[in-house]
Amino acid sequence: MPEKHMNEQSLIGAFEAPPQDAARAFRAALEALARPGSIHEITGGKAPAPMSEAAATLLLTLCDPETPLYLSGAHDTAEIRDWIAFQIGAPIVAPAEAMFALGTWEALLPVTEFPIGTAEYPDRSTTLIVETDALHQHGAQLTGPGIKTVASLSLPALDPFRMNAALFPLGLDFYFTSGTQIAGLPRSTQVSDMMETN
Amino acid sequence: MYVAVKGGERAIDNAHAWLAEERRGDPEVAELDVAQIREQLALAVNRVMTEGSLYDPDLAALAIKQSRGDLIEAIFLIRAYRTTLPRIGHSRPVETGVMACDRRVSATFKDVPGGQVLGATFDYTHRLLDFKLMAEGEVPEAAKADPRQEPTPHVTSFLNKEGLIQSEAQGEVSGEQTPPDLTREPLELPANRALRLQALTRGDEGFILSMAYSTQRGYGNSHAFVGELRIGRVAVEMDIPELGFAIEIGEVELTECETVNKFAGSKVEPPQFTRGYGLTFGQTERKAISMALVDRSLRSKELGVEVSNSPAHDEEFVLYHCDNIQATGFLEHIKLPHYVDFQSEMELVRKMRAEIAAGQAQDSAQEAAQ
Amino acid sequence: MSDYNFAYLDEQTKRMIRRAILKGIAVPGYQVPFASREMPMPYGWGTGGVQVSAACLMPEDTLKVIDQGADDTTNAVSIRKFFEKTAGIAVTEKTRAATVIQTRHRIPEEPLAEGQILVYQVPIPEPLRFLEPRETETRKMHALEEYGLMHVKLYEDIAKHGHIATSYAYPVKVEGRYVMDPSPIPKFDNPKMDMAAIQLFGAGREQRIYAVPPYTKVVSLDFEDHPFDPSKAEHPCDLCGAEHTYLDEVIVDDDGGRMFVCSDTDYCAERQALGHRGRLSPPETLAEEAAQ
Repeated sequence: MPEKHMNEQSLIGAFEAPPQDAARAFRAALEALARPGSIHEITGGKAPAPMSEAAATLLLTLCDPETPLYLSGAHDTAEIRDWIAFQIGAPIVAPAEAMFALGTWEALLPVTEFPIGTAEYPDRSTTLIVETDALHQHGAQLTGPGIKTVASLSLPALDPFRMNAALFPLGLDFYFTSGTQIAGLPRSTQVSDMMETN
Repeated sequence: MYVAVKGGERAIDNAHAWLAEERRGDPEVAELDVAQIREQLALAVNRVMTEGSLYDPDLAALAIKQSRGDLIEAIFLIRAYRTTLPRIGHSRPVETGVMACDRRVSATFKDVPGGQVLGATFDYTHRLLDFKLMAEGEVPEAAKADPRQEPTPHVTSFLNKEGLIQSEAQGEVSGEQTPPDLTREPLELPANRALRLQALTRGDEGFILSMAYSTQRGYGNSHAFVGELRIGRVAVEMDIPELGFAIEIGEVELTECETVNKFAGSKVEPPQFTRGYGLTFGQTERKAISMALVDRSLRSKELGVEVSNSPAHDEEFVLYHCDNIQATGFLEHIKLPHYVDFQSEMELVRKMRAEIAAGQAQDSAQEAAQ
Repeated sequence: MSDYNFAYLDEQTKRMIRRAILKGIAVPGYQVPFASREMPMPYGWGTGGVQVSAACLMPEDTLKVIDQGADDTTNAVSIRKFFEKTAGIAVTEKTRAATVIQTRHRIPEEPLAEGQILVYQVPIPEPLRFLEPRETETRKMHALEEYGLMHVKLYEDIAKHGHIATSYAYPVKVEGRYVMDPSPIPKFDNPKMDMAAIQLFGAGREQRIYAVPPYTKVVSLDFEDHPFDPSKAEHPCDLCGAEHTYLDEVIVDDDGGRMFVCSDTDYCAERQALGHRGRLSPPETLAEEAAQ
């Protein structure tokens, strides 16, 4: 363990039963990404503020020393860095090297700095975990894989997600987290204004 | 009346029980213990360790016992066990230059510093069945000499001093670059040399041997000399960050082979010799030499040598087909039921035959009408 | 098996597989490379499917495993036992009761629902592999959406045989972008791939994972003048009378006598329990006993 005075908070907040808790959390994350617009409970991880339980749980489920992580804005604190160092071990990097990124929408802008994958390896793109105040099933209209007809989700913006979808099969993938809730938006989802489709 | 065949579960349990009996063989005959296999079938143990990527003679011997002597099955057991082990860290590159050599021969020089040490080899034995071994023959004690204390320099280093042999890229030799781990990352092509060497060490001895042999017979010609073959023990050291220095964590027996190949030179390079390299666990010299030939063959592009269509020049062909665990699994899976796919093929063939038959019937009807 | 982690794989391996699954969901039909582990069963026997299932299973799951549509084929039994031992989860033969279904070569007849995951075992994930053996080349072809070779092959079939001569592992195009191998299911099953459940594909030896999210467009490749035909044997099931299911042909006597029965054993048993009868059904009383 690093010798430097580590915040006590960094020692707590892991899963109680890691294999089982991570499995449940993964299924929530899978359903969220596979059914854009659906909102799921995801619990078990607790990180220092302002990180939500949903975001902490997602990081514990998907990240480890093999996944470079970018922390933006209010999420780039000494406490959160310590917590990640102790619980996850993910190296903290700049956007261009990030496999995952965490922060509020405003703090993560401009999203054009994150890798969108390559034509031969479109999977080598960043997954952004966007912390939001609340998640609702109204707002932008979503269509595409995972959606039977049309779905709705409270997105923080429209144009960046439209442009992202236009990059398909390249592009970024998003999770939105709030409290213990999670929703997903893969690059394959077409986003439009509610007014436009009505 | 048809009753669907049930009882897959019972069949499996019974098959396992029968297999266990067959493994044991005649109970009147004394059972082999793991130590006997480790000591008396050491070359089998070495192969299992090399292709299983796990240096543990006892576990390899256990795997051989459990697999009834089927070495590929034993390698499979070791591989499946190995993946369950946590990867705690990695050692420093071993220093084969300070190996305590039990055997060390060079085919390129009559004598070299450190000497030619024949060691325990089948090389000059006459392959006559020794019927004395049918009974438990006592072995007369072999003559002993004092082991050499000083390091034994690599033969190719003498050529290197003269610039007669191509130099290796520095990072590759010093181990400053952490090599990728084939067991932790998916194979991506083109592969770098460290990854290729890993794949070749793990690769099937028979496959690597045949690939190497093909280069000798002209399929991607590159005439190789055994610059040096050495077998012996080396220390394994690991850096401990908390201590700030490396500590020795154990010793392994290795076979190392460096081949020297003639290279006529290219537009940019004067004529010089090129290298192939093989490194394997235990005494496994056929594998190490084969590996060195295939390594050299796969380096053709980077060394600026003409690349032919020969299999041994084709990285993708060699790396995707050298692993016997992958190969045997996929090959043997055709024993599994495929009746659903076969059914769909039957339907298609029947349909096409019926259409042809209908077409012929129509033709002959027309002919008859005319 | 308490020496092993829940669902056998260690957590770091599961995280790696989970990340690959999520990227697969985000790019439907694209084959994500993953560092497949050596499993305690041979490559080619479902190691990819087993790793995907292991990364998905949670303690509350109910698992169904089928091979050739049947729950009692030996390899299905072996895989089901593996997860019973290592994950301690509930298992079932009922398609409807399962939350995770691992399959080899079939899609169940019963339409799958939201909340279910169908995990396919895949031997050769690359649909272009038999046209171009080199991975470096096929990867480029997918990148450039260069699928001409596949269409040429299918068209040559038609020119030569009057039919597309592929009856299983029939290639599909996913969401108008990637050509994908549906695994060696009979082409009869292809139309079912437009479904409400999540479909995950694991190829262990070839180190690839891919996915089809629910309600994703999956189109079997064809030509306007030769539309895709999901044909099957033109018989009803001899046990349950179903005319809309995929059938196994069973040779029943030395004279080559045959019967046709549903390949999906659960579906067939359920129909029989509901009173459906086929040409060779056992008498009512026996069927009732068998159902109990």
